[in-house]
Parts: sequence; structure tokens; C-alpha cells
Amino acid sequence: MKNIITAGVVGFLFSLGLGISGMTDPRKIIGFLDVFGAWNPALMFVMVGAIAVHIVAYPLVRKKAHPLFDKQWHVPSRNDITPSLLIGAVIFGMGWGLAGYCPGPAIVSLAKFQSQSLLFVGSMVGGMFLFKILDQKFKIKR
Amino acid sequence: MTSEWGLALFGGALIGLAVTLMLLLNGRVTGISGILYGVISSGHKGDRAWRWTFLGGLFAGGLVLNITHFWSPSELDFSVDTMKLIVAGGLVGFGTVLGSGCTSGHGVCGISRLSFRSLVATLIFIAAGITAVSLFKESL
Repeated sequence: MKNIITAGVVGFLFSLGLGISGMTDPRKIIGFLDVFGAWNPALMFVMVGAIAVHIVAYPLVRKKAHPLFDKQWHVPSRNDITPSLLIGAVIFGMGWGLAGYCPGPAIVSLAKFQSQSLLFVGSMVGGMFLFKILDQKFKIKR
Repeated sequence: MTSEWGLALFGGALIGLAVTLMLLLNGRVTGISGILYGVISSGHKGDRAWRWTFLGGLFAGGLVLNITHFWSPSELDFSVDTMKLIVAGGLVGFGTVLGSGCTSGHGVCGISRLSFRSLVATLIFIAAGITAVSLFKESL
């Protein structure tokens, strides 16, 4: 039960972080990716800020035997580079550059109440359903 | 310009704090595409409540940003061609599930725990994003 509440709080904090940092503005995303044009490096600092905090905190937190509200860790431990990883990253990156939204900012932007973010999130969920259907048919290795 | 970078750094640190809380309290990676796919896929049936509250928290944060007029009118008015938006959404949804993560899961959480797999994925999706922008930006 506690973990259900904390997940909501984390989502809320994460959302404010995305908004404050500028990640919810597709123009800034496109500007950041426009390395060969009018490059705006601002969003590089979002990753710098987030990683700076978490790279220090991660090993400290993992010294604990288990998280506070769970009996075990659920952190991925894989380190294999698979075709799915590479192809998936290419497909995702193309979509990210095309519209300037990645999943988190797109969901936060639903609260902008404009058709753009709604359409984007709708088709993003559609893309996930397509994967689910193909996965049920062909057992896609990830 | 400097304030834009400062806000980016501050917002980023807040994101770092949020993912650290998720790890410390729930023992989980804050990968948004994975959390969303968990409510769609059939593999996580008994494990959905926290995913919904997380997604609800994201939306609630958006409401605060909206109500406080943090979002400028020009950001709210910005629009991309509808066809392009639909294609882009489909690519992001499909690609993040196939590639097991997005900007948050690979880019922030993965890199912070020094995962080579996440570093590779992040470099590739940024490179693909740069490619997409240089190919298609003109028609925005």
C-alpha cells in the first residue's frame, strides 16, 4: 500500500522536474537535437542535473539490504547489447526528433489540454499495443 | 540563456531526486515507458496500482504547471503537423518497448547505475533524434 502512495509522489516530483527543466517544451527538445542547425544545448543540463544526483545516490541506496517499502529490489541487471535494444532505440529516437516528445513529458503535457499532446499520447499507447500484439504472435526477444 | 540553463539543471536535479526516492522507497527504476507498458501488457496484472498512481502523479504535476501558468502561451500553442505527430507517437511507443526504455529509464536511471546497455541505447536514441531533426525539421 505504501509503495502505491510513494509512486504517486515520485510521479508528481518527476513531473515538476520535467516542466521546470523545459523537457515538456517540444521546441526545446527539437532545438537540443538540432545539432547541425540552431542548436540549443540547454536540455543537456537536465541530464547532467539528474545524473549528478542519482549517480551519487544510487550506490548509497543499494548498500541497503532492501528498499524501505518492498522486500526486494526490482532493478534491471542485464548488460547485453541486443538487436532489439539497438533497433528500438533508433525507432524511439526518430519519433522523439519528429515531434519533440518522449514518454514522460508527453504524459505531463496531457495537462496542457490541447489536442497535440492527446494525439501524441494516444498514438504512443497505440504503438505499445501494436508491440503487445506482435509480441503475443511472434514472441519478440527483448 | 543562463536562467534557461539554470532551470534545466534545477529541474534535472529534481528528476534525480524523484528517481532516487523511487529506488530508496520502492526499489524500482523510474522508467516511464516501462511503467506505462506495465499497465498495457498482460504480464503485470497484479502489479498495476503503483503504476497508475505514478502516472496520475505525472498528470497532477502537469496540472500544477498549467494552473500556475508556468507554461508560456507560446509553448501551449506550439503545434506539429498532425500526421507527423501521430507517426511520431507510434514510433515512440513501439520503439521504447522494443528497446526496453526511454529517456528516463535508460538516459537517467541506466546511465547513473553505470549500465553499458543503457549508455549505448541513450547514445543511439540521441543520434537518431538528431538525424530525424536534421531530415524533417524544415516542415515543422
